[in-house]
Amino acid sequence: MFKIVKRETMADDTVVLNEIEAPRIAAKARPGQFVILKANETGERIPLTISDLDPEKGTITVIYMVVGKSTALFQTLAVGDGYQDVIGPLGKPTDIEKLGKVVCVGGGTGVAVLFPITRGFKEAGNEVISIIGARNKDLLLLEDKMDAVSDQLHVCTDDGSYGHKGFVTEVLKDVLDNHKVDLVVAIGPVPMMKFVSKLTYEYNVKTLVSLNPIMIDGTGMCGGCRVSVGDETKFACVDGPEFDGHKVDYDGLMQRLNAYAQEEKAAYEQYCKLHQT
Amino acid sequence: MTQKASKKEKTPRQPMPEQAPEVRRRNFEEVPLGYSPETAVKEAQRCLQCKKPACVTGCPVQVDIPGFVGQIAQGNFENAIQTIWGKNSLPAICGRVCPQEIQCEGECILGKKDQPLAIGNLERFVADRAREEVACEFPAKAAPTGKKVAIVGSGPSGLTVAGDLLLKGHDVTLLEAFHKPGGVLVYGIPEFRLPKEIVACEVAGLEKLGLRIECNNVVGRTVSLDELFEDGYDAVYIGVGAGLPKFLNIPGENLIGIYSANEYLTRANLMKAYRFPEYDTPLAKGKNVAVLGAGNVAMDSARTAMRLGAEKVRIVYRRSRDEMPARAAEIHHAEEEGIAFYLLTSPIAFIGDENGRVVQMKCLQMELGEPDESGRRRPVAVEGSEFLLDCDLAVVAVGADANPLLTQSDPEIALNKWGYIIADPKTGKTTKKGVWAGGDIVTGQATVILAMGAGRDAANSIHDYLTIGW
Ligand SMILES: Cc1cc2nc3c(=O)[nH]c(=O)nc-3n(C[C@H](O)[C@H](O)[C@H](O)COP(=O)(O)OP(=O)(O)OC[C@H]3O[C@@H](n4cnc5c(N)ncnc54)[C@H](O)[C@@H]3O)c2cc1C
Ligand SMILES: Cc1cc2nc3c(=O)[nH]c(=O)nc-3n(C[C@H](O)[C@H](O)[C@H](O)COP(=O)(O)OP(=O)(O)OC[C@H]3O[C@@H](n4cnc5c(N)ncnc54)[C@H](O)[C@@H]3O)c2cc1C
Ligand code: SF4
Ligand code: SF4
Ligand code: FES
Repeated sequence: MFKIVKRETMADDTVVLNEIEAPRIAAKARPGQFVILKANETGERIPLTISDLDPEKGTITVIYMVVGKSTALFQTLAVGDGYQDVIGPLGKPTDIEKLGKVVCVGGGTGVAVLFPITRGFKEAGNEVISIIGARNKDLLLLEDKMDAVSDQLHVCTDDGSYGHKGFVTEVLKDVLDNHKVDLVVAIGPVPMMKFVSKLTYEYNVKTLVSLNPIMIDGTGMCGGCRVSVGDETKFACVDGPEFDGHKVDYDGLMQRLNAYAQEEKAAYEQYCKLHQT
Repeated sequence: MTQKASKKEKTPRQPMPEQAPEVRRRNFEEVPLGYSPETAVKEAQRCLQCKKPACVTGCPVQVDIPGFVGQIAQGNFENAIQTIWGKNSLPAICGRVCPQEIQCEGECILGKKDQPLAIGNLERFVADRAREEVACEFPAKAAPTGKKVAIVGSGPSGLTVAGDLLLKGHDVTLLEAFHKPGGVLVYGIPEFRLPKEIVACEVAGLEKLGLRIECNNVVGRTVSLDELFEDGYDAVYIGVGAGLPKFLNIPGENLIGIYSANEYLTRANLMKAYRFPEYDTPLAKGKNVAVLGAGNVAMDSARTAMRLGAEKVRIVYRRSRDEMPARAAEIHHAEEEGIAFYLLTSPIAFIGDENGRVVQMKCLQMELGEPDESGRRRPVAVEGSEFLLDCDLAVVAVGADANPLLTQSDPEIALNKWGYIIADPKTGKTTKKGVWAGGDIVTGQATVILAMGAGRDAANSIHDYLTIGW
């Protein structure tokens, strides 16, 4: 069992942080990599990005949004409980190097994924401008942590309850107009990554996005996570999860994410019913 | 003598009782039900006890077939299992999944005039009996050698190496990427063909012998080969299988509802999606299913789809019946269960609806042309034969390639041009000192028994290395 040693909730309890004992993974993981977790015998294998780690304590931190049955089940796990299986680190680490000026753009829980990458670029000596967004103030994640690893931090909310009112793309456009940017890293909901990539394509700025297709094994063995990138089919779990944002077929990715929408909805509703009574 | 033999031949090959096709096509329970002791004895008595048994030459691990069959014929089931174990540590599995018709039974002399001896069924019978009824003594373990061996991958190959080296007194740890050990035996081959309880039992037996199993360890990611040596392992065996799904690379292949057989079967078997929502992993249920390919993997996928409630399941294969690589029993069972065979049919594109779900497949009719390099007549498209086939779920089962995750992580391991590990065919030694490899990651997708045979050879070589030197 992989024990939970710390648990926090954020964003109105819809987002949960777990620090988990996994010494092997903590010793090995690099920014951009993820783990697969399975809560119990009947559980699903769920990929989550390693948001932080402590090699000395032998722990990793994941931050997840409760969106369906499996994440709802994860939410019931308290400190001292654990996951039956945690597998990783999986995926290719982010290619972190000193480039000059890097803009890190995060939306929703994507900020949790973005944080270790942002820190990596900062530690590599880059000037880092970060833009993070959420639907409203309460849903905003990791503002302090992002601030600590960025030279500049911009915050946006869709409803204007905090920071700039509007989408991250609007602030990004502003930044691109005023700076010579070497790389944009964009992580968040698929539509957000799509629009960021569209924008940076116009400015001809290289853009990395982190994709989250449905996965099973995470080792390149099933092909369930395949995405079209340029003219090629890639397996996100081993060839990614990061790809050139200008080449990704976002619409295809979005469709594949809905492959089990009906089954997931039914399972979630049944789960919620069972756990209300 | 000749008279006695002809008298024996009069007993026909004893069929194994099976679930009726119309019942089993909708459940996941095992199809053949096993021999009774009486039937097993009767079948065993058909064996001519050949002095030069051809059957043994057909078995890749040379099980002493007349030996164990003779013991069954005398009702001595315990000795029979000991005889088999001498060469084959997983007989309950091999009895069920070996392609007997091209191996042991294919060579049996009885088959020249009549039906060959049902060697697989008998092997299964004694192994099941040993598991279920008799508390069989494991062979004794040699004194501890103090040497540590890591085995990467828990398929039949890795399990064989583990068993052999434990008995020779080494300290053995099995590292498995998945959360459950067993390789293809648990994630690929379905419950109705190989109950998972059998695999679990074999694994538990090894644990009793002292095997340590570390699941969730993706070697190449969680640890590297060099780190294993730093951790104090003296030797490493790589048996990671051929886990990279092949796709057809035709338009529309990324539509929803198109699975690789690996994904489809992993969801169904390992994740138990057929028991959704009791188990959390979902699996699309097709009404109109097309399975591309005609090997064991294709038959397993087609029969799984049928059990999940499909109205129509078709095997779509571009060659003819004679070239279908699946075990004869699987093809037979699939047909009995109502699976249709679209032979000489080649898919060229998938067509989706507005939500990106597959709804049709475009195919070409083929005919057999000149033989190709493999000696099989090459299918060529019939001009103007294009047609559409309705399908809301398609499973691509056209083979597997070498998964590069581990092999790419260590440049000292030499690979052939297809990405398989180069290993000495006799010993399994790779180009990296202290590292052996065998099974599908060396040969490409083959069979359970060949993977086990390679494991046995490597275990002997590893033992020599640990006691004598490289
Ligand atoms: C490499 C990778 C890293 C990820 N990192 C994080 C992370 O750090 N934090 C986080 O909150 N989430 C992350 N995700 C997404 C997370 O895996 C899904 O939210 C989770 O699988 C949903 O499971 P569920 O059973 O609760 O919901 P389900 O009932 O399965 O699904 C509910 C909704 O979520 C969508 N969904 C299903 N599976 C996925 C998926 N794999 N990715 C995205 N959406 C999905 C469905 O379309 C559906 O609308 C990551 C995904 C990948 C592939
Ligand atoms: C659906 C299906 C049906 C089949 N039917 C038959 C049949 O009827 N008869 C027959 O004889 N053969 C059959 N085969 C073929 C047979 O199963 C294989 O030839 C055999 O399992 C190969 O054994 P192996 O030990 O080499 O590898 P596998 O059984 O493939 O096991 C490899 C194991 O290594 C693990 N692994 C991979 N990478 C890593 C890593 N980096 N770190 C740790 N672990 C790793 C995998 O998760 C897996 O558990 C079938 C195959 C399939 C897929
Ligand atoms: S191991 Fe396979 S080939 Fe050998 S005797 Fe048994 S069933 Fe036949
Ligand atoms: S070849 Fe057939 S008859 Fe002869 S020993 Fe083998 S199984 Fe018996
Ligand atoms: S998750 Fe199976 S190949 Fe990527």
